[in-house]
Amino acid sequence: MSERAARGGRGGEATAGRAGSGERATPSEKGASRLGERPKPGERVARTRHAVGVVGRATFLAVVLGFFALPLLWLATAPFDTRPGLTTSVPEFTLRNFQALLDNPYALTSLRNSLIQAGGSAALVVALAALAAYALSRVRVPGRDALLYVLLLLSSVVTGTAAMVPLFELATRLNLIDTHLGVVLTLSGGLLPAAIFIMKDFMDGTPTSYEESARVFGASPAQILRHVVLPLVRPGLATIAVWAVANVWGSFLQPFILLRDPEKAPGAVILYTLYTEGGAPRLDLISAFSLLYSLPVVVMYVFVSRRYGFRFHGGIKS
Amino acid sequence: MIALSGLTKEFPGGVRALDGLDLEIADGEFVALLGPSGCGKTTLLRTIAGLEIPTSGRIRIDGTDVTSAPPGKRDVAMVFQDYALFPHMDVTANIAYPLRIRKVPRARREARAAETAARLSLSELLTRRPGQLSGGQQQRVALARAVACHPKAFLFDEPLSNLDARLRLEARTFLKRLQRELGVTTVFVTHDQGEALALADRIAVMSAGRFTQVGTPSEVFRRPANTFTAAFIGSTPMNLLPGTVGDGVLRVAGAVLPRPGGVPDGPIVYGVRPEYMDLSPTPREDAFAGKVAVVENLGAAHLVTLESGARLVQVVVPEGEEPASGTAAWAVPRPDRALVYRDDRLVFPLPAPDGAGSPASGGGGLPASDGNGPPAAGGDGRPAAGGDAR
Repeated sequence: MSERAARGGRGGEATAGRAGSGERATPSEKGASRLGERPKPGERVARTRHAVGVVGRATFLAVVLGFFALPLLWLATAPFDTRPGLTTSVPEFTLRNFQALLDNPYALTSLRNSLIQAGGSAALVVALAALAAYALSRVRVPGRDALLYVLLLLSSVVTGTAAMVPLFELATRLNLIDTHLGVVLTLSGGLLPAAIFIMKDFMDGTPTSYEESARVFGASPAQILRHVVLPLVRPGLATIAVWAVANVWGSFLQPFILLRDPEKAPGAVILYTLYTEGGAPRLDLISAFSLLYSLPVVVMYVFVSRRYGFRFHGGIKS
Repeated sequence: MIALSGLTKEFPGGVRALDGLDLEIADGEFVALLGPSGCGKTTLLRTIAGLEIPTSGRIRIDGTDVTSAPPGKRDVAMVFQDYALFPHMDVTANIAYPLRIRKVPRARREARAAETAARLSLSELLTRRPGQLSGGQQQRVALARAVACHPKAFLFDEPLSNLDARLRLEARTFLKRLQRELGVTTVFVTHDQGEALALADRIAVMSAGRFTQVGTPSEVFRRPANTFTAAFIGSTPMNLLPGTVGDGVLRVAGAVLPRPGGVPDGPIVYGVRPEYMDLSPTPREDAFAGKVAVVENLGAAHLVTLESGARLVQVVVPEGEEPASGTAAWAVPRPDRALVYRDDRLVFPLPAPDGAGSPASGGGGLPASDGNGPPAAGGDGRPAAGGDAR
């Protein structure tokens, strides 16, 4: 019944939208009729103001674009420059920086560690979020929404700096210091509430009649989840997985504190060690490593977006 | 056989969707649950399927009590209003899904899917996804999925309501033929009285969680047990007019009609379908007078609405005989088709086909024999009054 009502609602929106576009048509007609007349002084002022607005907007966008584009440009050129600085310039081409990076004992292992931690966290987050979101979406629990919001609110605190001391203490008691598992569990805990929140939106969006249909044919809950629900929310799972990987890939504080052994440190932490004894940044190493470090995430984004397509329901954007 | 006894479903918040329902559905019978939205018909179907657990009462299928059995253990197949075809599986996988759950080997279940699909003329579409099918094709795939698992009963939740009008008629005939050929017990939920009349062996009319009448289509159409059923069944709404019986006559809305046999004096509600009235251009005593307010074209006939004060009377007039709007006209009810209700119960014509019950034709020249026993009702073993829940 409710589903039918929802469909009716959508239909209503559609008609409302059409009505809206109909109204929009009238002012443009007015504008067209006005074109034939001679511009009045008031209108000239309006046009000047319009032109100034366009110029202003373009300038603003150019500045913003430059702000974001310059670092990316630096990332593209500096690794291949014989003497990379903090400025962007046409490089004197060389691959020596990468050679130097390979001599660093931790550089490549750190990327492998990043992969382990990000992959582990993503797997854990996707699996748990899917199950939790399914349950929360289908079972009436009193105070369900409040629970979700509180979790969402706390999640930013839990893995944030504020909880670092107790987290460290906890990890020490559980013998999780200096293990990948410790990092994976800590980071997953922080990501889960938001992941459940997003996943629940996907689950809410799939009609229950699919599951009921499978139930009448005798499917068990596990079969329903595997055969029907998970395939239907696959874009959601892909979104969550990519989002989790990107988050873990970029986290610095938790692995920095929970891991002592540089053999286990992920890329973000190793990047921080690429300084001379004097404390000056080794821009040759940093730029080359930055490039290597960002490539996997970019590749993953492109791959997943091609394969599954990203979707966020209900206007929730992370 | 599906047997319901005292079936009650109360939703949290105190809404009583089903209120002590008793019904027996014979093997191979096609029963339509008919009623307006919110009357509980879909809840009843879902309760039979096991998707809702009744608050009290029992459900038996083929003698086994399945009241608390999970849906998968009841051996019924349900077709949902939106068909619920899995969008990520092709037609073969959809049809074969119930068999996959039963662990039928892939080759066997695909063969069976192809066989069923051929029967429903879906062979060309086996590799398509539901999204690539038209509404009618989706509906047939949903049927095929239900047929392929050879259930004890089909449960249909308004499966025709998402089709356009033309296709709905075709699908209706197709569905009826399929059910006849397979001989599977079927419960069909609909809010369309025409669909129910056309398809069902028996119709259970529902209102507010109760059956107001259970009977064959002709029983329900000819002798609606109460004014709710009378108003709900029929493609044009029945005229229901207040009146009184007294002085040996029946006075309704200005008309003086012969007194129906066996109805004691007192207030009544007089019911007659627009199809069973004739329009007279000249005044008559046994007719409802009025001014022609609206003339609606029904194709082969016209529906004329006569207005007299606040009272409206509708008459169906054959093609070419429709009166002009605004003229005075008189609607003459055919006495053998009249229905008389008192306290929302049918008091005339009385059901008893075996002479004893009807003290008969004393008052007025009514051919009571015709009104009393619709042949279909006589032929059917079930007593019509048994379905009257009130």
